[in-house]
Amino acid sequence: MFTFLHKYGSPQHFYRLSRGLAPWFGGASALLFAAGLYGALLLSPPDYQQGEGVRIIYVHVPSAWMSLMVYVIMAAAGGVGLIWKVKVADAFARASAPLGAAFTFLALATGSLWGKPMWGTWWVWDARLTSELILLFLYLGYMALQTAIEDRRTAARAGAVLALVGLVNIPIIHFSVLWWSTLHQGPTLRPFAPPAIHMSMLVPLMVMAVAFMLYFAAVVLVRTRNELLELERNSNWARELAAEEAAR
Amino acid sequence: MNPRRRRIVIAVAVMLIGVGTAAALALRAFQENLLYFYSPTLVAAGEAPANRKFRIGGLVVPGSVMRNPDTLAVSFALTDTLHQVRVNYEGILPDLFREGQGIVANGELLADGTFGATEVLAKHDENYMPPEVADALKAAGSSLDYSKFKHQQ
Amino acid sequence: MSGIQEFLHMGGYALYVWGSYALTLIVLAANALQPRIRERQLLRMLAGRNDRTGPSR
Repeated sequence: MFTFLHKYGSPQHFYRLSRGLAPWFGGASALLFAAGLYGALLLSPPDYQQGEGVRIIYVHVPSAWMSLMVYVIMAAAGGVGLIWKVKVADAFARASAPLGAAFTFLALATGSLWGKPMWGTWWVWDARLTSELILLFLYLGYMALQTAIEDRRTAARAGAVLALVGLVNIPIIHFSVLWWSTLHQGPTLRPFAPPAIHMSMLVPLMVMAVAFMLYFAAVVLVRTRNELLELERNSNWARELAAEEAAR
Repeated sequence: MNPRRRRIVIAVAVMLIGVGTAAALALRAFQENLLYFYSPTLVAAGEAPANRKFRIGGLVVPGSVMRNPDTLAVSFALTDTLHQVRVNYEGILPDLFREGQGIVANGELLADGTFGATEVLAKHDENYMPPEVADALKAAGSSLDYSKFKHQQ
Repeated sequence: MSGIQEFLHMGGYALYVWGSYALTLIVLAANALQPRIRERQLLRMLAGRNDRTGPSR
């Protein structure tokens, strides 16, 4: 594990890998976004209760899923950096945070835009909405910590501890609609149960969800390599790379 | 793993378990406050707070909705299939308000046993389908499903 | 109403539906562009330093 992480986790190696992979993820994401938007806005039917307002879920639900997924990935990367001192893992965690915060913000904002006409209110303090808001604060807290602590190593360590402690919020968000009586509805997709959403709506939702994941993969790779370049700006490989780029 | 790393792993694990347990205990203790709304059965049992605003949640009883044609006043019964509470409200109803729909109303229990609401919110269920499919399901016959409204009581 | 108008009207939910999609587009586009601009800045900065001191010490 240790040798594996250090061979493939060298900043220089990761930088090249990111250069190779990010465009592919980005391109695939753009294609799926085009297909997903076409399905979400034109092909899918209106809902029997929400009418055309249902189309908000095609951006709301993937954002909400990503807000949880990115947090788990960020905490895992932070943990790897904490234990094995892998620079790339630290940079990855640091690069994930603003994206996770953006997804959380989108989940809250689009949910609010759905809630106003459907529920009759922009916001309620129920367990689901409150725990998702706490998630946004966790991301913002992590980012504030990264800016506040000048030494990268210390910042990464403090951030990783915060991220790992904050992990308890993830199951709370997920199960909040089952554990407490919330205004937010229960899960539509559950394990071992048929989906409570019609196929004509499920397909565009899933296409959008995969588009969001590929978008994250592409952007986080670019962000991580920027972090590494900044961190290793005095190393030979960074100097040579800049010279190569300038020559082009 | 060298001893230093092992110590960090153990420290993080202990912290996670500690914070997790603390959070779980705190949430159990605060369960009452996290209850977003009371069911008509809880209200009938006298467990809802008196002389204080609280929220009541249930399904709108089909055929119980009465509207005043001149004002925005509306009256309807809420049920959890065991008990019913009549709710009076004056104001704009959310788009999802309809008979059989899950509703959360904020207000006060009045002396006559009715609920005077100052706010009515619609609770959506987790079902998404085109109108044609819903019509087909309705034709096949389905009754009020309270379990979908609230998973756990 | 014509087809296009009806589409834009979104059954009366235009503000909410288009608001959600516009917000998502803006946030995602900004988050995709920002690191690309930053990368260009970083490389230019490093290249500028190379011109003064040479690519390796």
